[in-house]
Formats: sequence, C-alpha cells, structure tokens
Amino acid sequence: MSRNRPAYVRPLDIKNGRVEMIHGGGGRASAQLIETLFLKALDNEFLRQGNDGASLPVPPAAGRLVMTTDGHVVSPLFFPGGDIGSLAVHGTINDVAMMGAKPLWLSASFILEEGYPLADLQLIVTSMAQASKAAGVPVVCGDTKVVERGKGDGVYIATTGVGYTVEGIAPSGDGAREGDAILLSGTIGDHGMAVMSRRENLEFESSIKSDSAALHGLVAGMLATGAAVHVLRDPTRGGLAATLNEIAQQSGVGMVIDEGVIPINPTVAAACEFLGLDPLHIANEGKLVAICPATDVDRLLAAMRGHPLGLGAALIGTVIADDSCFVQMRTRLGGRRMVDWLSGDQLPRIC
Amino acid sequence: MKYIDEFRDGALAANLTRSIAMEASPGRTYRLMEFCGGHTHALSRYGLLGMLPDNVQMIHGPGCPVCVLPIGRIDLAIRLALEHDVILCSYGDCLRVPASDHLSLLKAKARGADIRMVYSALDAINIAMLNPEREVVFFAIGFETTTPPTASIIKQARNTGLKNFSVLCNHVLTLPAMEAILTQPDGVPLQGLVGPAHVSTVIGSQPYLAIASRFHIPIVISGFEPLDLLQSILMLLRQVNEGRAEVENEFTRAVTPEGNRKAQALVDEVFERRESFEWRGLGAMPLSGLRIRPAFSEFDAESRFAGLDYISVPDNKACECGAILRGEKKPQECKIFGTVCTPENPIGSCMVSAEGACAAHYTYGRHMPSAGAVR
Repeated sequence: MSRNRPAYVRPLDIKNGRVEMIHGGGGRASAQLIETLFLKALDNEFLRQGNDGASLPVPPAAGRLVMTTDGHVVSPLFFPGGDIGSLAVHGTINDVAMMGAKPLWLSASFILEEGYPLADLQLIVTSMAQASKAAGVPVVCGDTKVVERGKGDGVYIATTGVGYTVEGIAPSGDGAREGDAILLSGTIGDHGMAVMSRRENLEFESSIKSDSAALHGLVAGMLATGAAVHVLRDPTRGGLAATLNEIAQQSGVGMVIDEGVIPINPTVAAACEFLGLDPLHIANEGKLVAICPATDVDRLLAAMRGHPLGLGAALIGTVIADDSCFVQMRTRLGGRRMVDWLSGDQLPRIC
Repeated sequence: MKYIDEFRDGALAANLTRSIAMEASPGRTYRLMEFCGGHTHALSRYGLLGMLPDNVQMIHGPGCPVCVLPIGRIDLAIRLALEHDVILCSYGDCLRVPASDHLSLLKAKARGADIRMVYSALDAINIAMLNPEREVVFFAIGFETTTPPTASIIKQARNTGLKNFSVLCNHVLTLPAMEAILTQPDGVPLQGLVGPAHVSTVIGSQPYLAIASRFHIPIVISGFEPLDLLQSILMLLRQVNEGRAEVENEFTRAVTPEGNRKAQALVDEVFERRESFEWRGLGAMPLSGLRIRPAFSEFDAESRFAGLDYISVPDNKACECGAILRGEKKPQECKIFGTVCTPENPIGSCMVSAEGACAAHYTYGRHMPSAGAVR
C-alpha cells in the first residue's frame, strides 16, 4: 500500500514574505526563491538548463566578442521612469552597444538584504525580465546571495554582458580626430534628476522621468549607415562633461561645444538651477555621444533622428587639436569656459 | 526658464560688453574686486572674464564662506564627531575642506564619524528629532545670508523643547572683511567693489555707505546672473571715470536700502559679535564673527561640549590661499595650483568650494591662463 507522494512544499509567500538568510543558503529555500521568483520571470532556454553555467552557441567566425560588467547600487531602488531591475539591463546592454557590438547575453548577480520585501523583489525581477525581453537580450545565468539586515541596502544587482561585433567595426575612446563632429542623441540630465527628485532628504515634485533605455537598436541603425563612427559612449555617471573629457584624454585632442544647442528638458534645467547643479555633470542612462568625421554628420544625424531614442539628436561641437586635452564650451552668453570633470561626489549612487 | 533666461541673454550681453569696452579708457587699469564667491563662480561659469577688455581686471575677494573658514574650526567639528560621537550635520561644500592630521569631514566619516550632508539648516533639526538618543550638531557656516536660517532653527529647537540639538557657529560678517581688504598695507589698489547679492538682501545697501565714503571707493551691489554682473561692471567703470564713490544698487529686484528687518531682528536676538574671529587668509579680525548669545547657550555646541577650545592652526606653507583671498595673487601664481592642489585633492580651501577662486579658475578658466585675477 505504500505510495510515494511528493513532499508538500509550502509556496513562497510573495505578498507578505521577506528575504531571509536561508534564501541565500543554497538549500531548499534558495532553490524555491530562484524557481518561483527568478526563473519564472526571466525564463529562457539557457537559464532552463539549470546548470552551474550557461552553455552558449559560439557566434559566427570573423568577429570579436565584447564583454562588460556593471554593478548597480542605485538609491532609491524605484524611481520615475525605471527601477534597479530595468536599469541593470539597460546599463550593461548600453556598455556592450557602445563597443559597436550586438548584445547577445546577460548574467545577473543579486545581493539581497535580509528583510527586504519579496513583493518588491518581484517587481524588480519582473521589470528586469520585461527590459530583457523588450531588448531581445536574455539573462542566461545568475546568482543570489543574502547579507544580514543592515549590511546591504535592499538590493544590489551586478550584470555582465556579452556581445558580438563584426570585424572592422570598433568605435573606441581614442578614435576622435581633429575636425571630427560631436553628436549627442538627446536631452541630458533626465536620469540623474529623476533619481534625485526621489531622494529622501531632497524629495521634490516634478514630472522628470529617467531616460533609462537600451540603446543597441539606435546604435545598429547608426552603424548601418556605413558612417565612420570613431567613438561611441554613453554619458552615465559624471554626465556629458565626464564623457567628453574621457574621450579628449584618450584621443589626445581638445573639444569645443556649444551650450546653446545642447538639448535639455526645461524641467531638468529648472531643477538643476534651484539645486545649484550643472546639467553637464548629471547622469544619463539612455543617451549616447557619437564622434564622426564632419562629412558623415548628415547621414548619421538622420539615422539617429529616425530612431525613437534619437529624436532629439543634435550636433553639439567639434574636435580640435589641443595638447592640454581641454573641453571648452561657448556659453549661451557669448563667453567661453572650460567644461571640467565633476569633482567630488555630486550625486552618489545614481546607478 | 522664466526669470532666468532674461538674465542670460546673449544679445544683451553683447551690447553690455560693447558698452564696457567703450567706457574703459585705454590708458587706465580698472581693478575691481567681486567680494562674493557666488560672483567669482558666475564670472567663470559664464565665461565673462574673457569678454572684458584687458584693462578691466576682476580680483576675487574673500566672500566664499568655505574658503575663509580656518583649519582650526573644521578641527573642532571633527573632534565633535570623532570624540563626542555626535551626528554632525554640514552643508556639502565643507565636507572636503582639509583639516589637521590629513583629515577632512569626509575622511573622518570614513573613519567612522557620523557626518551627514544637509541641504538646509532645517534638515539638521529633522535629524535631531528622528534620533532623540543621539546628540546632533549643525556645523553652521556662512555670511549674513545663511545666518537667519541658523537663528531660526535655534529658536525652533527652543520652542519645540529639543534637548539633543546644538549648533557649532562659524557665522561671519561681510563689512569687517571688506574693511580689512581695503586697509591692508600691501594690498592691491582697488578702483571698485562689486557688492554681494544675497548678503545685501539681508543687510540692505545702507551699511556700505560708510565704506564707500571712508575709502572713496565705488560700490555696486550686483545680482548673481551674468547680465547683472556685466551691468554692475559697467556702472563701476562709469563711477570711476566720473570720479564718484557711491553705493549703487543694480540688484534692485531683491535689495532694498534697509534690507530684511525681520531677518536682522532674528539674528540679533540669537547671536552676538565675538571679540575676535580668525579668518583664513585675513587672520584674526575683531568683531568679525558671531556667536550664540548666552540666553541660548544650551544650543551652543561650544559651551555644551567640554574641551572644545579653539586652537589656531597655520595653513600649509606652500598654499597661497591667504594671498589669493586678500586679492594679492591669482590662483595660477600659486606653485601648487593644478599640480599638488586640485579639486580632487585640495590643499587649500579655495580649491574646495565651487565659489573658491582656485576651484573656479581650475574648473572653468584653465584654457585661458592669463585670465583669472590680478595681472
């Protein structure tokens, strides 16, 4: 009369439950959390292999693999226009895309704080899954660890991205040449100010939304024009100012940009004004800077403006010869000043 | 942006710079000091220095509250946080000012001190209310602009019966510093002063009358927007050319002759003048700083905590902040400017605050090495 009945496992109480230390312990509770929360949302053939790593097909020959990694510690975890889940997907896809590569796979490593509500974790994972599906870049492997209460800040996510680029396409920070044009895909400062508007000690009412978005589609459209894209970079932490200075230093050139043509959402400009911040230093998560020969500007700008994420694309300046590698700006007022790196930590934990 | 764009209009700026060029007589050098750090920042940020004729020179004054704060005062704050285990609340721009023992508030934080950056004095009160078991100290700095908010939170602390809150007061006064600049024996001869904007909204334009007549120097109180500054510079040139030494008010949309009486009364109720207060670069000056009146001594960190005696600490020998704050040197004349001393690793306080002459020149003006201050 003996019959093997599967042992009863109480379902995970996502509505009221919280992250506990045992969820990171590698035992049954870990497996249940992964099964119910992560696998269900992020499901794909590679993740379903259920092994210690994902076994992936080798891309066609005569190209190069690109690999990048990014830790996400944004605070607060949810902000207008996104959350840490979608940000972790977009941020890493964009780093791959800025290499001129097509993003193929992501990995995601979660560090959870004991006591964090499972319902919120589910929102984050769902948002991550939506972003990954919309971008067509699956999360193929992952890991979950739990730290004691007070030793983390809810959720940290580290993502790694692998991409593939065909031989011959290699935009690089050291590729800017005297006479090149500097293009920007849209308004600056939206992400940083959206996060800032929800900071505990600074909360202000505004309609500002993060621009967090995956840029690989835009990049593919730009590369398809055949234009010589010397440099591609997304101006995240440190803003447009840091990105231009990085490129100037790497390429050993100077730059002159025009304040009057740099696109900025008026609400972002106003918020920066009353907080005393320079929008050039504020982070973006869905914008890119492209540097190309002056002769390629028209077709590249047309390709950018033809993509929903590049509607506001603009030619903002020129690369000049300068041994000091200074980035200068013609101010709206008619003066000229330097655009320097952000010094210090204007907005900690923005991504 | 309404009420902002009007004051940053390129066409109007071009008109004003043309007028300035016409007004400046070629045989003459006009050395004008902008007293206030906010003006120093605006001159650099909008690229105004390069728009002025060569013989109109802007000399950066001591009106950056972070820059004039001596090392010894930061040391006091660090001692409170490290030795007395208080929650120390500070405005962000003080956090990186170098103190003794290679420390700063930020470095003390990394050693375990509980330092919180606040955007307003009111945030400090809120932190005190949320942490009733901890002592909370607000590190108050600034000229007349930030003094009324500090006075207001001290009164609020008293009215709400807050028992765990006090203020380390470092508030300083504009006029004594202005007099010190104009009386220093080997100082740079100045032909005019750009008067502070926000300070003047509080103290009014009248207090400057005595200085203008005593030193026979024109003063124009100016707003912070770039067109305000260009207009004020033009007004100063006209005064110099006509031999006048008057107090003129360009910032009439905010500054009245008598200032903000309510704020003045509030400050007077809570604060009194110190016999002497040390300024970085200018030394100890009589009646130039404020302390909390005995009636409010329970909110005065200096009397609340034992052993908080002020110890004066000399500045780094290589640092020229002192001469720069007195208008005697320009930032790029300092040997360590941009090499040892950078915004990431500041040696002197002028490199720390965005309003500091060195930081402004480093951040916005290095592409034109001849501009900046004294030539």
